[in-house]
Amino acid sequence: MTGQFTQDAPETECLLDSMRQDVIGKPLVRIDALAKATGTATYAAEYPVKDCLEGVLVTAPFARGRITGIDIDTCLACDGVVAVIDNEKLIARCAQGTAGEAPVQEVRKVAYWGQPFALVVAETFEQARDASKHLKITIQDDDLSDIPCDPQAVEPENQQYSSQGDLPHAMTEAPHSVDAKFTTAGHASAAMEPHAAIAQWDGQTLTVHASLQMLNYNISELADAVGLEENQVRIVSRFVGGGFGSKLGISAETVAASLAAMQLKRPVRVAMSRQQVFQCVMRRSETSQRMRLAAGKDGTLQGFGHEALVSNLPDEQFAEPVLQSSEFLYAGDNRLLTLDLARVHRMTAGSVRAPGEAVGMPTLEVAMDMLAEACSIDPVELRLKNIPDRHPMKGTPFSSHKLAECLQQGAEAFGWDSGLRKPRQRREGEWWIGTGMASAARVHNIAKAKARVTLNPDGTALVESDMTDLGTGTYTILGQIAGEMLGLDPSNVLVDLGDTRLPRGPGSGGSWGAASIASAVYVACKAIREKLTKYANVTEGELNLKDGGVEGGASFAQLLGDKELREEGHYEPGDIEDDYVAAGFGAYFAEVRVNAFTGETRVNRMTGAFGFGRVLNERTARSQCQGGMVWSIGAALTEALHFDPRDGHLVNCDLAEYHVPVNRDVPELEVIMVEERDPAASPIQAKGIGELGMCGGAAAIANAIYNACGARVRDFPITPDRVVACMPD
Amino acid sequence: MPIIINDTSLDVPADPRVTLLDFLRHHAGLTGTKKGCDHGQCGACTVLVNGMRINSCLALAIAHDGDTVTTIEGLGTPDAPSVMQQAFVDHDAMQCGYCTPGQICSATAMLQEIAAGWPSDVSTNLDGDISASAEEIRERMSGNLCRCGAYANIVSAIGEVAGRDRV
Repeated sequence: MTGQFTQDAPETECLLDSMRQDVIGKPLVRIDALAKATGTATYAAEYPVKDCLEGVLVTAPFARGRITGIDIDTCLACDGVVAVIDNEKLIARCAQGTAGEAPVQEVRKVAYWGQPFALVVAETFEQARDASKHLKITIQDDDLSDIPCDPQAVEPENQQYSSQGDLPHAMTEAPHSVDAKFTTAGHASAAMEPHAAIAQWDGQTLTVHASLQMLNYNISELADAVGLEENQVRIVSRFVGGGFGSKLGISAETVAASLAAMQLKRPVRVAMSRQQVFQCVMRRSETSQRMRLAAGKDGTLQGFGHEALVSNLPDEQFAEPVLQSSEFLYAGDNRLLTLDLARVHRMTAGSVRAPGEAVGMPTLEVAMDMLAEACSIDPVELRLKNIPDRHPMKGTPFSSHKLAECLQQGAEAFGWDSGLRKPRQRREGEWWIGTGMASAARVHNIAKAKARVTLNPDGTALVESDMTDLGTGTYTILGQIAGEMLGLDPSNVLVDLGDTRLPRGPGSGGSWGAASIASAVYVACKAIREKLTKYANVTEGELNLKDGGVEGGASFAQLLGDKELREEGHYEPGDIEDDYVAAGFGAYFAEVRVNAFTGETRVNRMTGAFGFGRVLNERTARSQCQGGMVWSIGAALTEALHFDPRDGHLVNCDLAEYHVPVNRDVPELEVIMVEERDPAASPIQAKGIGELGMCGGAAAIANAIYNACGARVRDFPITPDRVVACMPD
Repeated sequence: MPIIINDTSLDVPADPRVTLLDFLRHHAGLTGTKKGCDHGQCGACTVLVNGMRINSCLALAIAHDGDTVTTIEGLGTPDAPSVMQQAFVDHDAMQCGYCTPGQICSATAMLQEIAAGWPSDVSTNLDGDISASAEEIRERMSGNLCRCGAYANIVSAIGEVAGRDRV
């Protein structure tokens, strides 16, 4: 049986609010915490498979051209080598999120330095790794001077243009204005688990244990790539060691392992090296941006301009959506938003945590800080003044909007010293101390989702979907939804995820996972409840379930005898997406210290206040927010991909040279979850959390650096050399 | 001589290229120890060798002939977790969980280093008592990366264990 729900209107009445189990939102310990803490959670490369061969990918050491020959004999002569897979079905790039089809497969036509083109398979990992170094190839590489690698040096394509009123005129007329250029560096997802897969082929079915975020799309991508029907493919991803966008689509190891297993009729494991993950998975595009803000005497925005240039490989559709939240965050009648895309030969640009806002919001929020100074207005006040009633261009209403509450509650918790601000007011030894703030905004995404729920007469339940849990807490919150709806302690709900044999979930990405899949579970549970009303002979409103049965009445065993109730819930976002602007909002406050001599910045403390609709689990939600704030610190201070201008290779392709925040970089992080229900966002009134925590946080740090020492750095990351260069005498 | 891993003796591998990390994961079937970078840059592979924390990806298995290795599986099990493992659970000191075994092995040995009076970059003096302050914990745990950003909870989990040990 199936429960179906398409959301065409706000769901103001949500059953979760009238249930009796009282577990939704509670800070329950994540179900899988003990497995993770004891090393018993099994990740993709860790399944014990007999007679498993080991594969090592080989990648191209040049930026553009052709591989004209592969001398596999050089490799086959090495100890233990079983085969060199140079099949034309290998993929040259990873699939973009939600692609649902194979990415570019011409591996011998090289489009970026580090593109995989072959797999060396041997009995042991050591043999495969060694042999891969001996694979001889002949190449025809293009002259370096002909290869566009610098986004600034090519004629870009326009991706987005929207204009309203006359921004240049508004800039001339306005009493206060800001016109500033910014750059942000490219980022890597750098999930802790490198991409890995074990493929098994039994002549009929390809079974792949892989580390992927969106199995519902990945199965189509993999089937298409290797030339099988979807019903011949099974993908399992029960634990994923972080994704952050890098595992949205399939990448080379999954396809290579599959092709090798099919050819050799033995299981094959392929794990990318850390360097390969950096070189051939996904990067967030670097950006260059121009912000123009025009304001009246009191700081009311009259003009708003945001222009950005990003890059990607030829033939890729994705362009970092830098302007996504700039479209609606602040008012201003005269508007200009443009996004240009430069085609360059660097690895695929795609989604890295919070694509768009992660780099668009920090620049906007630094510009707002500059405007607050120009207008002599408190930065919090400036933002409060400019919250629009409706989408400034489309006129559509907001579904729910908590920016003002986030600004106010965050400021209070942080102890924001409102009023006129001047740099260089506080010094301790060689350190300048300062504070800064910024708004957060992230568009709300949601996707269709299916889940199956079974209520057993013994008072247990089973929730099933091919949905993944990347560490976000999906296993835990789905147990809470089912527990709340069916009157069960969540410890009696088994949540089975990450297997394409189960109903298709939405996948994890774009912060849409929780709201989408939990809505499907909610719909399934509603359908079960409807059946239960007949067993209990009551109406839905009278069906009070708690602790394994009717509250103060029959247990499920008494009600159902030996019959289980099973329903599939199908959730689909409907017309409502066009009727409202739905987004998560927030505010960050940071205190930093900046070394007056070296320009080093340390974050002393940081507060984030966020509104993302209903909180499903306070503990895992808080962790998500904190994680985003840590990424804000990385984007503000250290994270940058560096490409060699001579040959286009990524210079810092490991964790020693690409600097993600370490423990000592992260201070106490205060998280405030602002009470909100968003009936237009999803039937459970929840929105996404995972990305909101890094949609502007870097600006709070940048603004604090300015307040501390007077260095207004407009290039991210704000490294010590840049601080020193901008520091006033 | 064999390597003693969690009280089990295993012969060293014939292939001298096998790292201690790959020996644990591929030969001993102990996949709780994680490979994050294979270059000693992330700490996911941290194990205890003769009680001291090391990056097992930077060690060759044959070089540890006769040594005693404790992995995350040797610290505790789901039925009987160690105090540190339980603290990580209680404080939600993890998200994806991939760095977690390395964090826990590292934290376990790190507290012993503090107890033994080993100073760190943030210690105010080079001899004498060192307290397991948040600042000390942050500095000493900075070799274990967590991309999900669970650092604040990791510090509070370790702090709880450090406090409990002191009582």
